[in-house]
Amino acid sequence: MVLVFAESQKGVFKKTALEAVHYGHKTAEILGSSCAAITLGPVENADILGQYGASKVYNVADAQLSGLDSQVYAAVIAAAAEQLGASLIIVSHTSTGKSLLGRLAARLDAGSVSGVNQLPTNDGSFKVKKNVFSGKAIAEYELTSDMKVLSLMGNSLKPAVVGADVAPEALDIAVPASRLTVKEVNTVEGTVPLPEAELVVSAGRGMKGPENWGIIDEMADILNATTACSRPVADVGWRPHHEHVGQTGIAIRPNLYIAIGISGAIQHLAGVNSSKTIVVINKDPEAPFFKAADYGVVGDLFDVVPRLNEALRAFKG
Amino acid sequence: MKILVCISKTPDTTTKIAFTDGGTQLDTNNVQYIMNPYDEWYALVRALELKEANGGSVTIINVGPAENDQVIRKGLAIGADGAVRIDANPKSALYVAKQIAAYAKKEAYDMVLLGKESIDYNGSEVGAMLAELLDQPFISYASKLEMNGSTASISRDIEGGTELVEVDTPFVLSASKGLAEQRIPNMRGIMMAKRKPLKVEDAIPADDLSVTVSFDLPPAKSAVKLVDPEDMTELVRLLHEEAKVI
Ligand SMILES: Cc1cc2nc3c(=O)[nH]c(=O)nc-3n(C[C@H](O)[C@H](O)[C@H](O)COP(=O)(O)OP(=O)(O)OC[C@H]3O[C@@H](n4cnc5c(N)ncnc54)[C@H](O)[C@@H]3O)c2cc1C
Ligand SMILES: Nc1ncnc2c1ncn2[C@@H]1O[C@H](COP(=O)(O)O)[C@@H](O)[C@H]1O
Repeated sequence: MVLVFAESQKGVFKKTALEAVHYGHKTAEILGSSCAAITLGPVENADILGQYGASKVYNVADAQLSGLDSQVYAAVIAAAAEQLGASLIIVSHTSTGKSLLGRLAARLDAGSVSGVNQLPTNDGSFKVKKNVFSGKAIAEYELTSDMKVLSLMGNSLKPAVVGADVAPEALDIAVPASRLTVKEVNTVEGTVPLPEAELVVSAGRGMKGPENWGIIDEMADILNATTACSRPVADVGWRPHHEHVGQTGIAIRPNLYIAIGISGAIQHLAGVNSSKTIVVINKDPEAPFFKAADYGVVGDLFDVVPRLNEALRAFKG
Repeated sequence: MKILVCISKTPDTTTKIAFTDGGTQLDTNNVQYIMNPYDEWYALVRALELKEANGGSVTIINVGPAENDQVIRKGLAIGADGAVRIDANPKSALYVAKQIAAYAKKEAYDMVLLGKESIDYNGSEVGAMLAELLDQPFISYASKLEMNGSTASISRDIEGGTELVEVDTPFVLSASKGLAEQRIPNMRGIMMAKRKPLKVEDAIPADDLSVTVSFDLPPAKSAVKLVDPEDMTELVRLLHEEAKVI
């Protein structure tokens, strides 16, 4: 059986959770197996996981599980996997999921691959692919253990509705006490976090100063996109650190990445080159980013961006 | 304070990646190897700062072949007191974590620091595995670490923001940008490094449960389609009709 951990935050599923369940469903088909989902802590609408392909939905509702401590989560998920007889566990490649993957692999002595972005193949041996060398290559891994763990990169497949609601069943698993205390959580409200964003508008040093970001925020508003930035922009404090993408920031793979006034240094590309479509706006036709772009606009961003915003607004009606 | 820092060796980011033997091996010709930046700039330097403030020792550990000694010496030159190399080929994350755990269990460290990921396979796996094997809390993506006695106050990066956590030693922590400022080894450090202990230990038996079988290069990007800067309606049309992303 394939067991998918559907991650929730404050009782609501993350988009990556639905992707993971759907990936689990498709993987179960490939393996000729079935897919179950598990949710931890109080969750509002666990039933909907059935729609994305879980034939069973389990919940451990202990209120202690509302804080995301990977040590506690791993103990509970591993116990559930053993109780249910799962041989493959899938988690999302989020900050929590990544810690879970490693812990589960060590706890269950399982082969693991983090950040997979395609469905596995199963022609006698179980193989799965992920991007390596910061997107400069794709590696295929073979997992030889009976128990396996994968984390799924965000935006790797679209969660489709394939079934009906499934009423969650409570699982009786002892929850160990957490050994860490979360004192404070500071996240931006109201926007989709970068790793989950399908549309990203990003800007760099070409913006000249933080006072000019109005046109970037405006574009993000029209598109309902998330904003990002290059490293030097975060380093000097023009933008918050969590917006910084690239080798030292975060790696993302949105459907659309619009890069404005960013030169396209290799360390920046390392975090964004798996985006499906890349648009580059830069006044320098020699900017290296154009080599990685699908669409390019050579021009002064202070002219081009307002014009693009106008066209986008007209398109959105 | 007794600190262990895990360091790995990776190709420099600017390295051109190519494969040999029918796409099964990394072509190591012209590969420039470095210490993984997260290990060197953040984990190691923060460990040294804590030692300087509170006393104690900093040991670095690497699982790898003898040719890694050069990178290990650099860690000693930056300021680590001693080093251990587990003599083995690091083929999978769990294999590496088991080696480090076996060594760490003998020494009772107050904390084990790692980088948030190695920049070659971008796994972010070893830290959590090690924490599980040692039965310790794991705080990933830490960008701030302050000690108050045996309690650590840590700020870690999460999706769209940060989280502030408190935890008592011992624990395992992975470092992201911001945890410390890079230090360049000076002449004295380089000279001293030659006299510092670099222990070589045998690996414990462990299987590789997950191995890379082949590599591919990403499909070549077709040439960029340039759009007239005066005609942004055309760009919107292309994004809607051709790329189908809006
Ligand atoms: C080890 C290491 C790790 C790094 N990690 C990262 C990382 O994670 N992320 C990251 O982003 N960088 C990273 N960097 C830095 C990276 O090498 C580049 O320096 C950085 O990405 C450049 O940022 P930028 O493109 O915003 O600025 P610049 O390189 O200064 O580029 C600005 C661009 O704006 C264009 N421009 C200027 N004015 C206008 C205008 N009016 N209209 C249109 N275009 C204009 C210019 O033509 C230029 O191409 C790292 C570097 C190192 C050494
Ligand atoms: N062979 C190794 N020897 C020692 N430490 C390692 C090794 N490989 C990875 N690490 C540590 O584990 C961290 C995460 O690596 P990874 O899980 O491979 O992304 C690195 O930043 C290092 O601190």
